[in-house]
Amino acid sequence: MTRSNRMFAAVALALLPFAAFAQATPVPKLDSGDTAWMLTASMLVLMMTIPGAALFYGGMVRAKNLLSVMMQCFAVTALITVLWIVYGYSVAFSTEGMHAGVTGWHSIVGGLDHAMLAGMTPDSLYQTVPESVYVMFQLTFAIITPVLIVGAYAERMRFAAMLWFSALWFTLVYLPIAHMVWSGPGSLLGDMGVLDFAGGTVVHINAGIAGLVACLVIGKRRGWPHTHMPPHNLGYTVIGASLLWLGWFGFNAGSAVAANGSAGMAMLVTQIATAAAAIGWTSVEWIVHKRASVLGIASGAVAGLVAVTPAAGTCGPGGALLIGFVAGSACFFTATRLKFRLGYDDTLDVFGVHAIGGIVGALLTGPFAAASLGGFGHVTSAWGQLWIQAKGVGFTIVWSAVLSLAILKLLERTLGLRVDAEQEQMGLDLAEHEERAYDLQR
Amino acid sequence: MQWITAIIKPFKLDEVREALAEAGVHGMTVTEVKGFGRQHGHTELYRGAEYVVDFLPKLKIELAVSDEQLEHAIEAITRAARTGKVGDGKVFVHPLEQAIRIRTQEMDDDAL
Repeated sequence: MTRSNRMFAAVALALLPFAAFAQATPVPKLDSGDTAWMLTASMLVLMMTIPGAALFYGGMVRAKNLLSVMMQCFAVTALITVLWIVYGYSVAFSTEGMHAGVTGWHSIVGGLDHAMLAGMTPDSLYQTVPESVYVMFQLTFAIITPVLIVGAYAERMRFAAMLWFSALWFTLVYLPIAHMVWSGPGSLLGDMGVLDFAGGTVVHINAGIAGLVACLVIGKRRGWPHTHMPPHNLGYTVIGASLLWLGWFGFNAGSAVAANGSAGMAMLVTQIATAAAAIGWTSVEWIVHKRASVLGIASGAVAGLVAVTPAAGTCGPGGALLIGFVAGSACFFTATRLKFRLGYDDTLDVFGVHAIGGIVGALLTGPFAAASLGGFGHVTSAWGQLWIQAKGVGFTIVWSAVLSLAILKLLERTLGLRVDAEQEQMGLDLAEHEERAYDLQR
Repeated sequence: MQWITAIIKPFKLDEVREALAEAGVHGMTVTEVKGFGRQHGHTELYRGAEYVVDFLPKLKIELAVSDEQLEHAIEAITRAARTGKVGDGKVFVHPLEQAIRIRTQEMDDDAL
């Protein structure tokens, strides 16, 4: 239901309207300032996916696979939009049959009473903004989450299998987790008191764990890690990371669903944590590899954006500095050491950046929400909240891992997940789309 | 007639072309190539994945000269392409049997 719930936890619950869709008493009033900001924030979050993530990922793959990655980002954007309207928004945000403190079927998934956006008119409100704007804002989150997973199976997955995976994963993994965290009183993780301002569990841990499972099920790219597979255009990657950084202000500050002090603070701590993580990754890299790399600083910035996401509404500037620095360092070691030691071919480090950054952020959100550590989360105990956060993280990991595995195994046995060896060698641009990104000879 | 194949550092192309022009050579073919000799390559590191790049970008210049021009041409190339560091490249000379200008059907030295 309300995103403010995650900021003020139980204290604020009683003061807020209970139903996301209904116009219950007291009658909410449209605020044009809030509406203007949420219109803008929705566009910023869409920009994170197209072209942000498409460029960030596209630059890191080989030239023969650039179009396939961009196509995956673009196609998922369109596919999820349609599914969101048909049933997604309702399953994620319907509050039908939900009661605070009561655990039931609708604590896990929403009903279908708002399928096809039933009942929504231009006058429908969500808090102080038109419901249409809230539908659009939340849609952009539902789009970017399966898009993040693209990085794990890049350069080898069949396009048709990718579409089926995205649709099923959105339905069985994303929608229930979003409902359990964000749909308000009566939601499973919301009632447990899990703080997730803008999607550390719902978006990043969820996608990061699915990415790990996906790259394990589909298998390594042929020749990895012995064959040269360097990024083909890190300029694209830097542009993409920059668009992600900029767009993330819509993601985090927009999650206040208002143009207010909470949004302002979310914007500021997002900037702080991102800079700290870029410096964190680069510093460790400089010590370990004796060089500060372009790919490293861009990756570090994204790790910081991921980590501050759940904390953006509750941590203070000091907490943001620490969350960013820890996330940048931890993600560096996962992407450059752990991956090669364990031997999983997570092509673009979806697990290394989104799962690890997300877990670091979700856990540290707990203590840094406490006033004693400079936070604004109205939590009673820093350590108690850390334990609640850990339960939320653990639940998300298990939910995402088990259901992602089931979906991938089903598709492996029916459609087949991988292109054949010859197509993989040729590159997915030609093999799957009969196009190529660069034709410089003519 | 002689056929000269020279492998040089890419940034030396303009100097080599000018030096050859002064030596009376007014035509050549240039190709971007990759290779290695005594010069070592470099390493690249992307998120912990280290690649050793052995093949370095070079330019291959090919030209046909008359026997009288040969010494001047070799002197021009070796002087202009030289930096004194490993990796300056090499010049190969092979005998050339025949040359024909397509437009006029001129033969051998007249075709150069």
